Amino acid sequence: MSTTLNTATVNRRGFLKTGAAAAGGLLIGFTLPESSRLAAATTPKLNAFVQIGTDDSINLIIHKSEMGQGPVTALSQLLAEELECDWKKIKTEFAPVDPAYGTPLQGTFGSMSIRTSYAPLRQAGAQAREMLIQAAAQKWGVDKSQCRAENNNVINTATNARLSYGSLADAASKLTPPTGAKMKDPAQFKLIGTSPKRLDTPSKVNGTAGFGIDVKVPGMQYAVLQRCPVFGGKVASFDAAKAKAVPGVKQVVQISNGVAVLADNTWAAMEGRKVLQVKWDEGKLANTSSATIRQMFADLADKPGAVARNVGNVETAMSAGAKKIEAVYEAPYLSHAPMEPLTCAAHVRADGCDVWSGMQIQSIAMQTAMEKSGLKQNQISIHTQYLGGGFGRRGGADFVGEAVEISKVAGVPVKLTWTRDDDLQHDTYRPASYTKFSGAVDADGWPVAFNVRVACPSFAGLQNGVDRAAVEGIADIVYAIPNIRVEYHAPDAGIPTSYWRSVGYSQNTFFTESFIDELAAAGKKDPVEFRRKLLASVPRYLGVLNLAAEKADWGKPLPAGRFRGVAVVNNLGSFNAQVAEISITQGKVKVHRVVCAVDCGQQVNPAIIVQQIRSGIVYGMSALKGEITIDKGRVQQQNFNNYEVLRIDEMPVVDVHLVESHANPGGIGEASTPTIGPAISNAVFAATGKRIRKLPLRLDQA
Amino acid sequence: MATIKFTLNGNPQTVDVVPQMPLLWALRDVVGMTGTKFGCGIGQCGACTVHVNGQATRSCSMAMSAVAGKSVTTIEGLSASSNHPVQQAWIEIDVPQCGYCQSGQIMQAAALLAKTPKPTDADIDEVMKGNICRCGTYQEIRRAIHRASEMGGRA
Repeated sequence: MSTTLNTATVNRRGFLKTGAAAAGGLLIGFTLPESSRLAAATTPKLNAFVQIGTDDSINLIIHKSEMGQGPVTALSQLLAEELECDWKKIKTEFAPVDPAYGTPLQGTFGSMSIRTSYAPLRQAGAQAREMLIQAAAQKWGVDKSQCRAENNNVINTATNARLSYGSLADAASKLTPPTGAKMKDPAQFKLIGTSPKRLDTPSKVNGTAGFGIDVKVPGMQYAVLQRCPVFGGKVASFDAAKAKAVPGVKQVVQISNGVAVLADNTWAAMEGRKVLQVKWDEGKLANTSSATIRQMFADLADKPGAVARNVGNVETAMSAGAKKIEAVYEAPYLSHAPMEPLTCAAHVRADGCDVWSGMQIQSIAMQTAMEKSGLKQNQISIHTQYLGGGFGRRGGADFVGEAVEISKVAGVPVKLTWTRDDDLQHDTYRPASYTKFSGAVDADGWPVAFNVRVACPSFAGLQNGVDRAAVEGIADIVYAIPNIRVEYHAPDAGIPTSYWRSVGYSQNTFFTESFIDELAAAGKKDPVEFRRKLLASVPRYLGVLNLAAEKADWGKPLPAGRFRGVAVVNNLGSFNAQVAEISITQGKVKVHRVVCAVDCGQQVNPAIIVQQIRSGIVYGMSALKGEITIDKGRVQQQNFNNYEVLRIDEMPVVDVHLVESHANPGGIGEASTPTIGPAISNAVFAATGKRIRKLPLRLDQA
Repeated sequence: MATIKFTLNGNPQTVDVVPQMPLLWALRDVVGMTGTKFGCGIGQCGACTVHVNGQATRSCSMAMSAVAGKSVTTIEGLSASSNHPVQQAWIEIDVPQCGYCQSGQIMQAAALLAKTPKPTDADIDEVMKGNICRCGTYQEIRRAIHRASEMGGRA
């Protein structure tokens, strides 16, 4: 997927026309505008996802963004499994914006790529296969029951004659797409459940993979944007004289949230910004700090909140309990910090607009481009590039809106690049949280009450006063505790917040799985035994817990100085349990090994699943190190020197064990992130007897 | 502005730039070679790693004035057809996820193996800890460096 622009990609959205409502309305037919017939004549389209080249190439349309989690490869497997095509002949390209690729939101979020594509993409592959078979049957003048598809050919089973897919592509594309083409029984799968090499690897080892930051458009100027350092502030006035004197700077323009410097290269734009003089109206947050925010949360947590879950009677159970415990858990704001800083190229014209970027949600990018350009949807083309990491950050389109606005005001095509400072200081953060727990165990040491009050900003909307994204991982626990009450407060601290890999689970599973460990200790139970009994009626939880415990030799002696901790979760349909093995030297925790058992249902590409589990664990371990703090309404961290993330010298050996299953696939991109924090901090308790209740993890503050 | 001559991937290269411009931006925006990536701008993440006279160097932090007369190798010039042992090992093990940091990882690993053909895990961690990967491909990077070492390391 190169960033080279050509007529075919720029005009691609014009090719689409809603047609046959096949496969539950997902698939659409294609018609080609007259001007494009010639250019597209060699790759006839069979449906929204499959184009067959007359040269026998297979062109698959990928409607999910590739940010490392593997949809280019795994979605191709779903299509190719039923299409019976030659894996080596597959090429892929990213989809334009069209309802065929997802409504109401076309995009990549919620670990849904495989879950929502598993049936529809196999159906699209089967449909295209049936069209090729039908075309062959017509050429041979035989019934299609006499034909079968195999490795890019249709075979006449009576004569053994063969016709290649390429030779059938034109005829097949003229047929009415059939509905309900028969799909394989999982027992017949040849590709699904195997691990062909990632299709995107070759371009990612030689520098040719095209990311948003690599886009170059003729006549383009390079832009950086100075935003108000205080959230919610506005430009009062600015003086561009010094900036304009920097060699290479072309123009300085104001947009709604700042002042942009445009130059003939990125460096000149950054140098211009350094000497740009802007006076800000800093607004309401100018006196906000991490301390004032924490106090606001803590004050709320003393008062009753909206009820997120209420089972039994917690008050009665607490007073009857044999042993009661209380604990306050806290987590900081976190930045996403994808390796590729945010970028977007845009070219706004009087009658049209092109946008090139690595974005997660194309529908939101389109909506934003419409608002900022004043143009209509059919005048705007969104060109999705590879994403240098997403983790939720690229789900919004603030960077797209900025680029569109700059291009419109400046009157030229632009590429806006965020610096790392911009990224850390103008993120939409994982919210901070202040959460009070209390609980009780009975005389036998089993829990009878679980009582929680959460104070955590809301970004996903309130229903009856509760943001499910802020209480997930607490309110949805499945432990067999007879009395559970979870209350919620939605403090508005004014700091922008949004989805961050694994969302509410990212902090709440740390809280819950730590507090469950506290209850186990209060009841004098082994942490695994305690969970086993409380999870006895939920077999997939129990399955991964037992598998992880077995593979980690839970209960068997460890070398001197090594300690284990355990945690288990199900977020987004994939169950995983982790056992972390640690040691502590000179006040530092070292994680030696993590054993992770995963039940994600049907596996499409096991190697990518293992990659994603390791990836999520690294991301979760970084959440034990980093924090975003606020002073005078400004973020204090600027770069990786003071926003710490995991590096290779801290990487444990991660052993991943997958449970065989044909259950519906679960999400995998966010599955393992929540579990690792509590597995590690529970191991710290095993080592020191101290509970880590506040992140980032600092032993001297425990 | 200054005219600066250097060798880029074995070929003579001339650029007219402000002498303070970092090599990274000269490569990306002036020469038009975008395989070398911008990650932090202050030598903290390693995404921009190239070889200057054979040494792994953060191109975001080296001014063009210091590049004059030197020999620069980028990911585009590491091998003719992705056949450097490090690239081969990266392909065999499918190291990249999002892929953004991998040019820098590969250039750093190639420099490591040129100096230390049979590195231990500790050698790898020591040299590679300057290269951040937010996707967390670290375990695969360790494996791939050992594999590249088996394949002969230096190419």
